[in-house]
Amino acid sequence: MSSQTPDANQISHANQIPDANQIPDATRTPDATRIHNIGYRSYDGPRLGRAYARRSLFSQSLRGAYGLGRSAKSKVLPMLLFAVMCAPALIIVAISVYTKADKLFVEYTQYAILLQLVVAVFLASQAPQSVSRDLRFRTVPLYFSRPIERVDYVLAKFGAMASALFVLTATPLFIMWIGSMLAKMDFAEQAKMFGQGLVSVAVLSVLFAGLGLVMAALTPRRGFGVAAVIAVLVISFGAVTTLQGISYATDNTGAIVWLGLFSPLTLVIGLQNAFLGARASFPGEMQVGAGVGVVYLAIVLGLIAACYGILMARYRKVGL
Amino acid sequence: MYDPTVARLTYRALLGRRRAAILFLLPALLLLIAVAVRVLNGADDQVAADLLGGFALATMVPLIGVIAGTGAIGPEIDDGSIVYLLSKPVKRTTIITTKLIVAVAVTMVFSAVPTLIAGFILNGNGQQVAVAYTVATLVASIAYSALFLLLGTVSRHAVVIGLVYALVWEALFGSLISGAKTLSVQQWALALAHKVTGNGLVTSEVGLTTAVTLLVAVTVVATWFAGQKLRKLTLAGEE
Repeated sequence: MSSQTPDANQISHANQIPDANQIPDATRTPDATRIHNIGYRSYDGPRLGRAYARRSLFSQSLRGAYGLGRSAKSKVLPMLLFAVMCAPALIIVAISVYTKADKLFVEYTQYAILLQLVVAVFLASQAPQSVSRDLRFRTVPLYFSRPIERVDYVLAKFGAMASALFVLTATPLFIMWIGSMLAKMDFAEQAKMFGQGLVSVAVLSVLFAGLGLVMAALTPRRGFGVAAVIAVLVISFGAVTTLQGISYATDNTGAIVWLGLFSPLTLVIGLQNAFLGARASFPGEMQVGAGVGVVYLAIVLGLIAACYGILMARYRKVGL
Repeated sequence: MYDPTVARLTYRALLGRRRAAILFLLPALLLLIAVAVRVLNGADDQVAADLLGGFALATMVPLIGVIAGTGAIGPEIDDGSIVYLLSKPVKRTTIITTKLIVAVAVTMVFSAVPTLIAGFILNGNGQQVAVAYTVATLVASIAYSALFLLLGTVSRHAVVIGLVYALVWEALFGSLISGAKTLSVQQWALALAHKVTGNGLVTSEVGLTTAVTLLVAVTVVATWFAGQKLRKLTLAGEE
C-alpha cells in the first residue's frame, strides 16, 4: 500500500482501526493498485495456423493407425495385419518367377477382394481407436480449442483412415508389380493392370474408411465399434453372396448384378468389373455393363458423401 | 454363484440403448435371407440345411457370441469401472459365472430363436432341420460365450481376436482343413444336434463323445480361467 491514501480515508477509520492503510477500501483510487508482474510474456513467434494443425492431426492419425507413436503393444496388431496382407503377394511373385509364367496368377484387382478379411479386421481394429477414444474421454473439445474447424477434424480423420487402408492394400500390389518386372513380364500390360488395381483399391479405401469411421464415431465403446464395422463389411458381403448364389441356382441371373449394390465390397467388385477391366467375380461370371456400372459408381460416390455428411453431423454437437 | 445385481448391470450393459441394435441386425438379416430364399426358391431341405449351417451356425452364432461374451465384461475392464464391481463383497468367481449366464442367455435368445423361425420359414421344419440347428445353436452359444468371456478378461483386443477366431478359424479353416474341424465349436455342436435329431442332413466331423467332452471341458476350463484372471486383474491404462 502506498502512503498517498487520501485524508478522508484516514479520518473515517482512524478511531476504529489503528492502521487504516492496510484495509482495502472502496474509496481508494485505482491508480494506487498494481498487479504484480511475475514475468509472463505473450507469444509473439510465428503461428502455424489451421492448415498446419490439420496436417498434424492427419499425420498423427495415419501413424496411429499403424501403432507408430503409440505403445509397443498397440503396434502388434496393425503390423501383423500388414505382414499378413503382404505375405501372399511375395508368395505369388515367388511362384510366378519360379515357374517363368508370362503373367501373375492373381490379378491386381482381385488381390484386395481375396484378402478382404484382413482389410476388414484392420479397419475394425483401427477405426475405433482413431475416433472412439477421443469421444469417450471427451478430448474432442481440446482439438477444437486449436485453430481447426469441424470440417478439418473430419477431413483429417477420414483422410488418414483412407490413407492407412490405401497403404495396406496398395503395398502388396506394388510388391506384385515389382515382381512382375523382375520376372520380365510385358511392362506396358503389367503397368496398365497395376494402375487399374491402384484405382480400385483407392476407391475401396475411401469407401471402407468412411463406413468404418461412421460406425466407430457412433459408438464411443471400442468393442461395439469393432463388432459393428465387421458386421457391416463382412456380414453384408456374406449375405449378398449367399443371395447371389441362390438367384444363380434358380436362374434369376438378372438379379445377381443388382444384388451386388447391397454390400460395400460387392460395390467395389461391380465397379472394377464395369470400368477397370477386372474379371467378373460374381456367380455365373455375370458382367456388370457400363449402364449398371454407372449406378454402381453413383452409389459408391453417394455412400462416401453420406459418410462425410454423417460424420459432420456427428461432430456438430460433440463432447461439450 | 449367481448375483442378481451383477446380472442386471450386465444385461443393461449388453442391451442398453443402441447396443441392442447390432444384436438385432444379424437375426433380422437371417430372417430376411430366409424369406428371400423361400420366395425365390421354394421349400428345399438341402438349401435350408446349407443356409442354417453356413450362415446361422457358422457366422451368426460366433458373432453374437463375440458381442455378448466380450461385451459382458470387456468394456468394464476397458474403462476401468470394473473396480467398483470388484470392490464389492461379491466373489469374483460369482461375478464371472453371473456374467457367463447372462452372456449365454443373450446369445441363445438372439441366435437360437431366429434360427428356429428361419428354419420354419425355409422349409417348415422338414426333416427336423430347424430343430436340429436350433439345438446346435443352443449348445454352441454356451461354449462360445465361455470362450469369449475368457478372451474379454485376457486381452484388450478381445473383440478383434474373437472375430478373427470366429471368421478365420471356424469359417475358413474349418471348411478347408479337416484337422481344424476337430477343434471347432461348430462341429461339436453339430455332433450333438445330429445325435438329438438323428438327422441325415446334419452331419459332423467329430464323434459324439469327443464333442461332448470337449464342449464341457472348454466351457468349464474357460470359465475357471476367467475367474482366475479376474482374481488378479491389473488395470491397464489406456495406451
